[in-house]
Amino acid sequence: MAALLGRLCRKLVFPGTTHGAKRLSTSACESDTVKSLNLYSAINQALHIALETDPRSYVFGEDVGFGGVFRCTTGLAERFGKNRVFNTPLCEQGIVGFGIGLAAMGNRAIVEIQFADYIYPAFDQIVNEAAKFRYRSGNQFNCGGLTIRAPYGAVGHGGHYHSQSPEAFFCHVPGIKVVIPRSPREAKGLLLSCIRDPNPVVFFEPKWLYRQAVEEVPEHDYMIPLSEAEVIKEGNDITLVGWGAQLTIMEQACLDAEKEGISCELIDLKTLLPWDKETVEASVKKTGRLLISHEAPVTGGFGAEISATILERCFLKLEAPVSRVCGLDTPFPLVFEPFYMPTKNKILDAIKSTVNY
Amino acid sequence: MALSRLSSRSNGITRPLSAAFSRFLSADTTPITIETSLPFTAHLCDPPSRSVESSSQELLTFFRTMALMRRMEIAADSLYKAKLIRGFCHLYDGQEAVAIGMEAAITKKDAIITAYRDHCIFLGRGGSLHEVFSELMGRQAGCSKGKGGSMHFYKKESSFYGGHGIVGAQVPLGCGIAFAQKYSKDEAVTFALYGDGAANQGQLFEALNISALWDLPAILVCENNHYGMGTAEWRAAKSSSYYKRGDYVPGLKVDGMDAFAVKQACKFAKEHALKNGPIILEMDTYRYHGHSMSDPGSTYRTRDEISGVRQERDPIERIKKLVLSHDLATEKELKDMEKEIRKEVDDAIAKAKDCPMPEPSELFTNVYAKGFGTESFGPDRKEVKAALP
Repeated sequence: MAALLGRLCRKLVFPGTTHGAKRLSTSACESDTVKSLNLYSAINQALHIALETDPRSYVFGEDVGFGGVFRCTTGLAERFGKNRVFNTPLCEQGIVGFGIGLAAMGNRAIVEIQFADYIYPAFDQIVNEAAKFRYRSGNQFNCGGLTIRAPYGAVGHGGHYHSQSPEAFFCHVPGIKVVIPRSPREAKGLLLSCIRDPNPVVFFEPKWLYRQAVEEVPEHDYMIPLSEAEVIKEGNDITLVGWGAQLTIMEQACLDAEKEGISCELIDLKTLLPWDKETVEASVKKTGRLLISHEAPVTGGFGAEISATILERCFLKLEAPVSRVCGLDTPFPLVFEPFYMPTKNKILDAIKSTVNY
Repeated sequence: MALSRLSSRSNGITRPLSAAFSRFLSADTTPITIETSLPFTAHLCDPPSRSVESSSQELLTFFRTMALMRRMEIAADSLYKAKLIRGFCHLYDGQEAVAIGMEAAITKKDAIITAYRDHCIFLGRGGSLHEVFSELMGRQAGCSKGKGGSMHFYKKESSFYGGHGIVGAQVPLGCGIAFAQKYSKDEAVTFALYGDGAANQGQLFEALNISALWDLPAILVCENNHYGMGTAEWRAAKSSSYYKRGDYVPGLKVDGMDAFAVKQACKFAKEHALKNGPIILEMDTYRYHGHSMSDPGSTYRTRDEISGVRQERDPIERIKKLVLSHDLATEKELKDMEKEIRKEVDDAIAKAKDCPMPEPSELFTNVYAKGFGTESFGPDRKEVKAALP
């Protein structure tokens, strides 16, 4: 049922080695109509399709009725009615708990948490209720229909509470999935997969890209498989792994590195939990070097998990230590944001020192 | 007390005070009794009287301070639009009466803790304009050394515990502070402020239960400006009688646009809390600006509504009418005072603009009390870029 869109249509070079990918035949690709959309419009389209195709799906959260603070839910309330698209009071714990219950009754509950920084009151519900429901009831009950969407990441001036990247906390919880798209086209396909996946999913949307990223997005219903990483740029000297908005920065670093003769392979992890170890392993076995980059603080960030796993699997093939170019170990700062962020130059420096190890 | 507040506000820069003010500096505190605009509505307690004891000095101080607060917020608006203030900025204009009335009823030993709409409360607690603007623009001289920004103002000496970005989270903190005060027999209370949006947070009820169970001197103040960001109170709460939502905890509904009603209520609440434990105050107030500087404030309410409130209930206008009707100053003197205030604010902004940004090393300070040995490396693993202090 999952139709993977032919990535041949996309602008970025598409290499061949994605593990287990299903490909759409070229004829289907030619019949697609695409439209230039930004991230929030692509997500909006995905939500429209989700609600259209499943009459038992609901979208709720703070201020979603008028379209949401980032306009991701525009038009939904008007089209599907206030019984399916509605605002909640200001209570994240209550909202997610409520969503779990709704999902347990076989519905698709699409919860919006206004900023990922506010997800912590709901952390107990996600970790203790959502993640363990199927397991502890011996598969009698599950809340697979639950999808939690939250904008995450730096936005230039967000400060402590509008910029956080909490993905690492959730990657530590067996029972839920964590997905982060890098672009509008990816977001639409991934979000539809998340909504239809029979497991509770936390979907982090890079808020910096809501308006900044524009891409040709097919108008029809399509899904991108979860737990499949994508090699978006092939190379031979070093593997770079990232997700979300950070990939744009990493791509620029790769282009700069190329001018110095370093060929970089860039992988978009897409799903962080459960993550596609095989694709990253295959790539590192080819290049012998790994660099991971994310906005979240380096200590305990998800890069640590990737590093440890690759070390286990590729130890003898590694030419240099795994490099992590991440946010600093401080609260997300206000005026110091440019110093805190893992910038292109920091990544470029790390690429060079890893290659020259 | 009004006198010392006045002198601290001039930041050590002596400037000629307006005629009206200087006239009354030396005057005796002629007592004046003011009737509040509306009676108090009470829940599980007897409401205080509508007659508020005040003085000519207090009236004038109220006017001056509120006008200063108003001017400061409007100046912050322009600074934000000029991109000198970045991040998020939540303005308090329209709600000044709550800040000023509360201050008039309490001492600096009583603690105040609030959410992110904290500029005026900080000023009321004795903060200076320089500290405000420096912090807003992220400069070293700011009250939080430029590291907090608009949402994180603090003043330890005046028991002002900030300044919190996550709504509702400050209320259990307030109850903890109240416990400490009770334990130390300080005869002080804590005012934990929150909004009508935050009133639906679960942690509020947890904090209420704890305070009531242990008879803590905690006063929960709901600054009900009727909109939680863009959501009207009736769309977020089954019961928008926030003063009643304490159930077993007494409550009082107050006209938050009337500084004297606020003063009376806070005085009453303090006496109550010291004897009987928690009480909820609901301040019926209004904000003219949107939720924050990114919100025009007109998509979820009509311009008529905003201008209606400005005409009928503006807190500064009310005080101005009282000042004039009690012959404490003439229109001209009040206008001169406002001009003085404008200049004071402009001077503070100019001074703050000259202030330097914090040093880059400040990025790493105060993460922990002392460092835990973490180092931040550059790309070369052998080169330590910075060690957390």
